[in-house]
Amino acid sequence: MTAPLTVRNITIVALLAGLVLLPVYVQIAGDRFVLTLFTRIVILALAAVSLNLILGYGGMMSFGHAAYLGIGGYAVGMLAHEGIYSGFVQWPVALAASALFALTIGALSLRARGVYFIMITLAFAQMAYYLISGFARYGGDDGLTIYKRSQFFEPINLSNKAQFYYICLALLFASIYLIWRLVNSRFGLAVQGARSNDTRMRAIGFPTYRYRLVCFVIAGTLCGLAGALLANFNDFVSPSMMYWTRSGDLIIMVVLGGMGSPFGPLIGAVALLVLEEALSGITEYWQIILGPLLLLVVLFARGGIDGLLMKARAKVGQ
Amino acid sequence: MTLFIEQCLNGLQFGLLLFLLAAGLTLVFGIMDLVNLAHGSLYMVGAYFAATLAAWTGSFVLGAVLALIATLVVGMAVEVIAMRRLYGRDHLDHVLGTFGLILFFDESVRLIWGPAGLSLPLPPWLNTSVQILPGVQYSAYRLAIIVVTLVVAAFLYVLVMRTRIGMLIRAGASNREMVGALGVNIKLLYTLVFGLGAVLAGLAGLMQAPILTVQIGMGENILILAFVITVIGGIGSIRGALVAALLVGFIDTLGRSYLPDLLRMVLSQEAAATAAPALSSMLIYLLMAVVLVVKPEGLFSASHK
Amino acid sequence: MSEPLLRIENLAKRFGGIVATDDLSLDIAPGELHAVIGPNGAGKTTLIAQLSGQLTPDSGRIHFAGHDITALPVYKRSHLGLARSFQITSLFLDLSMLDNVALAVQAHAGHSFHFWRDARAQPELREPARAALAHVGLSARADLPASLLSHGEHRQLELAMALAGSPRMLLLDEPMAGLGPEESLAMVATLRGLKRELTILLVEHDMEAVFALADRITVLVYGRVIASGAPEDIRANAQVRDAYLGEAEDAQNG
Repeated sequence: MTAPLTVRNITIVALLAGLVLLPVYVQIAGDRFVLTLFTRIVILALAAVSLNLILGYGGMMSFGHAAYLGIGGYAVGMLAHEGIYSGFVQWPVALAASALFALTIGALSLRARGVYFIMITLAFAQMAYYLISGFARYGGDDGLTIYKRSQFFEPINLSNKAQFYYICLALLFASIYLIWRLVNSRFGLAVQGARSNDTRMRAIGFPTYRYRLVCFVIAGTLCGLAGALLANFNDFVSPSMMYWTRSGDLIIMVVLGGMGSPFGPLIGAVALLVLEEALSGITEYWQIILGPLLLLVVLFARGGIDGLLMKARAKVGQ
Repeated sequence: MTLFIEQCLNGLQFGLLLFLLAAGLTLVFGIMDLVNLAHGSLYMVGAYFAATLAAWTGSFVLGAVLALIATLVVGMAVEVIAMRRLYGRDHLDHVLGTFGLILFFDESVRLIWGPAGLSLPLPPWLNTSVQILPGVQYSAYRLAIIVVTLVVAAFLYVLVMRTRIGMLIRAGASNREMVGALGVNIKLLYTLVFGLGAVLAGLAGLMQAPILTVQIGMGENILILAFVITVIGGIGSIRGALVAALLVGFIDTLGRSYLPDLLRMVLSQEAAATAAPALSSMLIYLLMAVVLVVKPEGLFSASHK
Repeated sequence: MSEPLLRIENLAKRFGGIVATDDLSLDIAPGELHAVIGPNGAGKTTLIAQLSGQLTPDSGRIHFAGHDITALPVYKRSHLGLARSFQITSLFLDLSMLDNVALAVQAHAGHSFHFWRDARAQPELREPARAALAHVGLSARADLPASLLSHGEHRQLELAMALAGSPRMLLLDEPMAGLGPEESLAMVATLRGLKRELTILLVEHDMEAVFALADRITVLVYGRVIASGAPEDIRANAQVRDAYLGEAEDAQNG
């Protein structure tokens, strides 16, 4: 596949190259903060990629997606608390727990349409939030410190910041690629068709419910992986990871970057978090700008940054 | 037994307060087909205005009335500036846009009033207890809340069912274009309805302020409850909102009172102490899940679409 | 008559106080093109909705190809060979024309739990889709987004999608709606070509098309069958003329 030389494509290649070369820059410039910032960006980008699958491609507006960050994170945290540090146990548990939760919530929620679906996913995520807050053994409201990161075999060492960054980045790139293949497969087209016109899909013979459900489970599982990474990154988990406003943050990333495009969520995560850093340096009340900005994006730039970049191609006269 | 009566009244009071909030939400949902996440922000704004204006004027009641007017103004301004452009769009756009408004309101409040919360003290004549039954005392203020919300509920009923405006509201809920074609100023109608919702939210906010809290983020916490009530009751149905709000109010209050004792029977003291509030919070969502499985459109769905 | 492909028995449906379908019975033979006509509000679209499964009848039964499909979910009817087109165009506007029809092909090509291979590069999906588009005369614009099509082309695409699943019977809900004179002629020609291959239930207002195509006609008024038979008989039927045709003919002649 040869991609044309457009403003958008150049921007994306530059972004990807920048992400890959970042630790090199950090080594040279000695700016460790940037590495920390971008590790966080990459992990949240992974969560946003998973949300984009159901939101951008599937048209399922889930306001409870942050719950999987919590589930994946707490799987790692709880097992670590019990003395089980092996990543080979923790991470599969994180994925399985997320998948199971997604299956349950999806099965109940996907029967509902539109705003009901939004509310139900929100409510179930809150249930999970309260459920986890109730575990005194695992810190309750205060959260749980993780004293040792997930252990794999030598030479993998998640405590090495550069290594951890590359592992997260590799998982992010792999996920973007896998999702891209997924949305262009028969399954992906079925899900996209259901987003575009569910009635018509059923009229031509698709049992759309089951495809949406599987899509929902895949997205939840992938987000659970992001949760496991986040737990390792922070060396800490708390119920606030799954509060519904965190789901809102993820949605902002996806919409800002460009819904339904393969690199949109990554662009959105970078844009949002870099903007957050930049603006909070200027004023601590930067969210006053972010709020209306989001509204403006919704009203006038529905395709997000990726959409604007693609329009730039038309302007340049390609 | 007295404790039980008191808890029941608390449940009633909480339910009615939630009803105020949910009624505004379901009205706007049902008539303008608008999902307004920033409804909780209006609730917060009402409480903040009341706390400030009561302190400024020295009178609780005067402060409350002024706060309602201020909230009405803010509500209508929001409608004209932001909400108008969202009508007719996808619900996703509503959710995103109004979520942006939440961020804006939270930060604006933080900017104006600072990050610490405020308090709204009760005047002495409300800060007493009243004997409602032989041997049973109950907070005068909570009784006042019950009375006020019942009056407002009655007013809403009369407004929607018996007046011309109410008829327009109900007609607008079933067929927007027709009402517009009849020469009714739909834009003004929508602004007024939204303003009404804002006032209801603000009233709920300021009334609970002396009991619970005035702080940033209070809107988000209660917003979910309001949405759950709207879903359980049925979008667009005020009657449904009332029934669902009372249900939620009772279950939440009685659950929080009696669940710790129930849990202590099966769990250790420590485990029960943390689990109880968590489980009580979950009860409402379990109720919603059950309703959705049994009757997905809600108990009293008014929508014929 | 040999076994009817579609048998409707005493179908009834009300919405509150309104009777949309009133004790409706109808048989359609294989290979027949059966038109259903009637004034607005006669319940024609409600009938199609019940036949396709979007609405559940209050009482009565529907039999298709020997199966009782009265309670069968929408998506399963398509697999039995019963396809419908929509009165108000219902397409995948953000996908290309070819994608639209290919989805209809995909629906009948087994399950869609295939997660890896590019569906747009699969000839077993794309070729039948191209064939269906060719059948309705839309080949030239296959890769354009469906949103760019004219109204007439949308109606053709509707038909192509209904055909893509190789159905045995088509439920066509006003396929001529909104078409200009040239486009109408083209659509009539297309439908005439399909007559030999398929059974068709045609709901239409366009009387010229109806009388040009139909083997038999049923007239519906307030959800009730007031006449059913050969076109000449319907044309001559006094009741029908009073209720419906008279106005329509005046409108066409006048």
